[in-house]
Order: sequence, then C-alpha cells, then structure tokens
Amino acid sequence: MSEYDHGPSDRHALRAEALESLLREKGLVQPEMIDAVVRQYEQDIGPMNGAQVVARAWTDPAYKQRLLHDGTEAIAELGFGGPQGEHIVVVENTSAVHNVVVCTLCSCYPWPVLGLPPSWYKSPAYRSRVVREPRAVLAEMGLALKPEVEIRVWDSSSEVRYLVLPQRPAGTEGLGEAELAACVTRDSMIGVGQPMSPSAAEHPDPDV
Amino acid sequence: MSERKVSFEVGGPLAPPRKNGELVFAAPWESRTFGMTVALHQQGVFEWDEFRDCLIAEIARWEREHGSGCPEAEWSYYARWQAALETLLARKGVCGTTELEVRENDLAARPPGHDHIRR
Repeated sequence: MSEYDHGPSDRHALRAEALESLLREKGLVQPEMIDAVVRQYEQDIGPMNGAQVVARAWTDPAYKQRLLHDGTEAIAELGFGGPQGEHIVVVENTSAVHNVVVCTLCSCYPWPVLGLPPSWYKSPAYRSRVVREPRAVLAEMGLALKPEVEIRVWDSSSEVRYLVLPQRPAGTEGLGEAELAACVTRDSMIGVGQPMSPSAAEHPDPDV
Repeated sequence: MSERKVSFEVGGPLAPPRKNGELVFAAPWESRTFGMTVALHQQGVFEWDEFRDCLIAEIARWEREHGSGCPEAEWSYYARWQAALETLLARKGVCGTTELEVRENDLAARPPGHDHIRR
C-alpha cells in the first residue's frame, strides 16, 4: 500500500486506502485503473490543449467561428474530448467585454482543454465572491480591468462548461500557432488573467 | 475533422504552458480518491451527474456548518469529494459505511512499518 504513504494520524489517507482495498476485493476497480486515471491528469496536459484551441482560433477565422458556434465540436476537431467536456461553450473577450468562469455549486471545469482546476477555483471564497464582486476579485488576482469594460461571469453547470477565448496580445502579428499557444495561460482561459506577451512567453516564470 | 496538427516542443522557449502553477494533488490520498471516482464512473457504477449532485450537497453542507468566515486552511476540497463518494457508494449499495469503518480500523491496527514488511 505504498501509494498512500500516510502517517498514522492521517484519517483521510486511511479512509481512502480502506475504500480502495474494498473496491479491489469487490472486483470493481483495480489499482492499475486508478494509476492510469491519475497519470493522465497529473501529467497536466490540460492547459496545453486549451492553448492550442485558442491559438488556432487566433489564426484561423473560420475555425474561430466554428468554435464560438459549437465549442465541443470545434475542440474535437483538434482531437480533444472526454469526461467533463461534453458541452463546452466558448465565450470571447473583446475590448468591451471580459468573461470570467466559475462554478458556484462545486467545481465544474472543462477537463479536456484545461485539465483539473486549480485549488483557488474550488475554494469557497472564489466561488462565492467572483459572482458578487468580480471586478474586485479580478483585481486581487492581478487583473485590473478598465471601468468601462463589462464583466460577464459564467456559472458552470452539469450541462455547460465554459472556456474563455482571450484577446490576442498586441505585437503577435507575425507569430505562428505554436508560438501563439505559448502565450496562452491557463488563467487567461478561465478569465482571471491575460495571455502573456511573446517576450514573457520566451522567458516564462518557472512557477507559472 | 481537421488534419492540421500543431507540433509542440516539450521544453524550450516555445513550449506551451504545461503547469497549473501548483501540484494537481496535494497528497497521494487525493489522487487515489480522484482516480477511484473516475474509474468507478468509467465502469458504469454511477453516472457522473449522480456524483456531482453528491459533491454539491456535501460542499453546501460543509459551508452551512462552517460559515463564510471560516479560514481557508480548514477547507479541503478532496475531503468533501471523499465524503461525497462514500455517500454515493453507500446509497448505491456498493460499499456501506460500516464495512468501510471496519476496514479502516483494521488498517489502522497494523504495526508501524507495515509498508516495508508487506512490500
């Protein structure tokens, strides 16, 4: 049971180990299946998929149109789909409108394009406050929007997951898709940040 | 389906953002619990929406009991997830609470260093 590595006081670890051993005995879930699921999500390919979608939309107007019309279908064109991606709606940022995504009830999130949500996305504070005072929450997260920019908050549900299509950064006219994708951050696709400038993308902060 | 694929460098300046800026799971039990849930759903043991409803109810219950002024440090998302999974499996008759507690006590009674002996 080396997967757990818990001290004697860790109730949650013990509980999880107990449940896993019962499920294995009942023939419902084998450890290798759990390993496979965890590997898939721990590798953290999520935001990279979303970045490819955004970069394609920035360079291909017809693709962008399809993406805004039917997100799930257009995302599947790039080979991305699966659990929590059954109905993805893409909302576009403009100079007049900024979109931000939340799940007020739990933590719904478009796994196929963004991976698993960061811990702040799941926190009670973000989930309750971003609806009430989005401008203040975004400012606290480092995104100061001009007062004239309208903020739209999208609450995810079991039916719909949202992905923000951020604005293409200035000065990226000559860049190709791969270079553009490197500018797209996870936070910009949730709507709590902006894409990086190309110079920042070349020297990314190792912690971001 | 488009045939156009973008190829990426894995490292280097053009590498797309791979990291979420944090560990996806803070402890092994969190990733095991997440993995069990997805695997059970893939096996057809429950619909994802059934789990989601349990998770929503569990989070709401916690927030009701702890109020909005509760320090973030006391909040554990995967603890709520774990409770939701246990509730759902009990309701489905897959694994009862008593059965789980018995196994938990058995595991807790193992001598120290059991991991190394049993491996």
